[in-house]
Amino acid sequence: MFSHQPEVQTATAQTAARSVRCFHCGENCPEHSFALAGRSFCCFGCQIVFSLLQENGLEQFYQLQTAPGTRIRAASAAAKWTFLDEPTVAEKLLDYADKTQAKITLHLPAIHCVACVWLLENLFKLHPGVGHSQVNFSRRETAITFAPYKIKLSELVALLASIGYEPELTFGETEKAQPSPWRKKAWLQIGVAGFAFGNIMLMSLPFYFGLDSFNGPWFKLIAGWLGLAFALPVVTFSAADFWRAAWLSVRQRTITLEIPIVLGLAAIYISSVFEVLAQRGPGYCDSLCGLIFFLLCGRLFQKKTYDRLTFDRDYKGFFPLSVVRVGRAGSPLPADGAHGVTRPTEESVAISQLEIGDRLILRNGELLPADAKLVSGEACLDYSFVTGESEPVPRVAGDHLYAGGRQVGGAIEVETVKSVAQSYLAALWNNEAFRKNPDHDLDSLTNRYSKRFTKLVIGIALAAAAFWIFRDATKALKAFTSVLIVACPCALALAAPLAHGTAQRILARLKIFLKNALVIERMAEVDTIVLDKTGTLTCADARSVEFNEITECGMRNAELLPDERNWIGSLARHSTHPQSVRIAKSLSVSTLPVGNFQETPGGGIEGEINEHKILLGSRAWLEKCGVAARGDARPTGGSSVFVAIDGAWRGAFALENSLRPEVEKLIAQLGGKYELALLSGDNEREAARFQKLFGERAVLKFNQSPADKLNFVRELQARGRKVMMVGDGLNDAGALKQAEVGVAVVEQIGIFSPASDVILDAAELPRLAKVLAFSRSAARVVRAGFIISALYNVVGVSIAAAGLLSPIVCAILMPLSSVTVVAVACGTTAWFGRKLHVKELPVAALIQFNLQPSTFNLQPIAKEAA
Amino acid sequence: MSVIILLILASLTVALVFLAGFVWAVRSGQYEDTLTPSLRVLAEDAKNKISDSNSTLKPK
Repeated sequence: MFSHQPEVQTATAQTAARSVRCFHCGENCPEHSFALAGRSFCCFGCQIVFSLLQENGLEQFYQLQTAPGTRIRAASAAAKWTFLDEPTVAEKLLDYADKTQAKITLHLPAIHCVACVWLLENLFKLHPGVGHSQVNFSRRETAITFAPYKIKLSELVALLASIGYEPELTFGETEKAQPSPWRKKAWLQIGVAGFAFGNIMLMSLPFYFGLDSFNGPWFKLIAGWLGLAFALPVVTFSAADFWRAAWLSVRQRTITLEIPIVLGLAAIYISSVFEVLAQRGPGYCDSLCGLIFFLLCGRLFQKKTYDRLTFDRDYKGFFPLSVVRVGRAGSPLPADGAHGVTRPTEESVAISQLEIGDRLILRNGELLPADAKLVSGEACLDYSFVTGESEPVPRVAGDHLYAGGRQVGGAIEVETVKSVAQSYLAALWNNEAFRKNPDHDLDSLTNRYSKRFTKLVIGIALAAAAFWIFRDATKALKAFTSVLIVACPCALALAAPLAHGTAQRILARLKIFLKNALVIERMAEVDTIVLDKTGTLTCADARSVEFNEITECGMRNAELLPDERNWIGSLARHSTHPQSVRIAKSLSVSTLPVGNFQETPGGGIEGEINEHKILLGSRAWLEKCGVAARGDARPTGGSSVFVAIDGAWRGAFALENSLRPEVEKLIAQLGGKYELALLSGDNEREAARFQKLFGERAVLKFNQSPADKLNFVRELQARGRKVMMVGDGLNDAGALKQAEVGVAVVEQIGIFSPASDVILDAAELPRLAKVLAFSRSAARVVRAGFIISALYNVVGVSIAAAGLLSPIVCAILMPLSSVTVVAVACGTTAWFGRKLHVKELPVAALIQFNLQPSTFNLQPIAKEAA
Repeated sequence: MSVIILLILASLTVALVFLAGFVWAVRSGQYEDTLTPSLRVLAEDAKNKISDSNSTLKPK
């Protein structure tokens, strides 16, 4: 594609110091790194980009920022993009196209700093077919004009990909260009209203100061007619959205907030027309335009705040989920019956770091984060989150699997074919099926409230007008319109979403992810906390796993045969239960194919390996499966996982559980304020220890099945308790869903529990008490917002009904109340958040974070490069 | 007193010019993105003006 391949000197640099950073992307360079012109690079890809930029006179890229590039993972083949040249595909993506030029807006997630903006806007230097390109930093978008006869769309995309800006292509979704027309129109509406407001105001000033006697009646007439003329485009164009919304609500036979506003606008305009026609005065067009102007300003402010919240959510609110990726050098899972194949390296990676072509291992219950191709294993995917159909769908190797499915059965290996869409998972989490008490949603609460509010306001306005009409006709109109306008529940509607949104953002920075902002409200009401023991309060990796044989006279320390180690380890690998993971880790064996894998939540796992049936699970479950107990197998301490091979007891793994750090402190903090309960699937060996920790009053229950946990939460709720359930989301999903707030404590596992309301990184568990206190503060902030806006309304409406308030003052008062509430909501929530020891980073800081002056390298480009 | 009419007409003319300027500014997309230009100015220098990029191919 490029006219000439850059000359490459692939010298193996003598990297004495380990901390050599790639000149292009800033990642650590491996031992034998690539070097060119005295610079080190981590990979060939980065070096290619450097030489390409250097040749085209774009070295400034590296001056603007230290290591501004994105790591080039693999040289992307231009052939990969040829599908973009299909007319039907191109049509969907292009904004505009004719024979000589085409325009496309591409979403480039890699845009992150000022150097990116500069490079992308100088794209034309890399290819003669590229024309103007313009970056929109906040939307991570670039609009590019290009000549299709010089550079094909596929080539353009390949060019972008080759310098590290691979676009995210979305087909069929028309969301991309939506905000722009809205904004343009909103600005124009505000501009027209402000223009009219200012000019009418100028002409009205003489009347306000009682100077009209100087000018005579003809001035009044001119001012009146000019005012009407100016106000006409304001009422029709600037206020168009209010008319439309009001008309819509009339057609749907509901009452929305726009109706009193529109009534007020109409009343002022019509009365002004009459007044001017009757030559009584200049009318109230100044108030009218001012009112609309301030209303629009308030609306724009609100819209901008919401945009900011969603921006933060999109870019920061990813899930703390990870999946097991098979090391790229490793071999795939062995085919049937293959013995002794070395285990491929497995690593846990965050789903946000997944790339197309990665090989993942999905164990029982794990969610497929991206569209993928099945490589090996028996896939049986449960798409109930996506389709509502709970019957799992079997798939065979080579099949295409859609994201969002949950694997049921043994582990499978897949290769991703699409990148992970965080937003898709977020949408899944917010799926209707997992909504709790939809009637009590704050949204519907606000809606119901605003309906009553509106009716009340119209009633008061009419009453005030009726009261004044016989005493003072002008006052009647004034009172009528000012009541309609001053009464505004906007502030009320703003308080909750803003305070909750801010709180949600602060928590996300602490790796505490809330399903939605309403969870804060429910968290504040909690009075009982139910904790799951294993995997939540205790963690697994601290101690070793010991195997004990069961003999006639009790347990005895023993060694497993190498074959048995392989069997058990291979089986345990298929489950995500913390105990299985631990056992699999401790055995670290070669993987064998497992047939007929099944997992019983709260019980154990079973499967067939080399024609041996292996059962691994709790004692009770093994006995239920028909394994006869032999001897008195009472383990000594910790939890035990029992093993049976071919229907005979083999022994038990003793897993020593240790409390997570600072759990004791957490329990002490919580104990004072909440009723605590502990549920555990384990036996009551450790009862005394936990009773001491939890205090005398706390309920401790052991040997609990998932159903028992659910019932326990139900019982508490029946007694009127507001329950927060803290569990690992594995065998307490039901309880998590049932509880008012379900908290899933996750630790390097891809279990995505949509039943939970909160996903908490295990390391942040000690902060739970502070988080709860924070949620109560946030709820108080919302109440305070309600009170402030109620006060504004009561005071404003009573003065307005008395006919003492001119509509223009109302118009200023109304957005002012919104601004106060917004400031209180965001400000105090952020202030409370600081108690959690997180700095509240505004969006501006997020951007600046790549722009600190210290990272600028403003010296002239190093001459030795030449 | 007729001077006031003149003044009103003069002020209205000026105001309408400003309104037209504002409408043009919005139409040409200057309110679309208020963040990127502030970054762009940091990257500009005498040699590499962004406006150069317009010379190769004019957008419609």
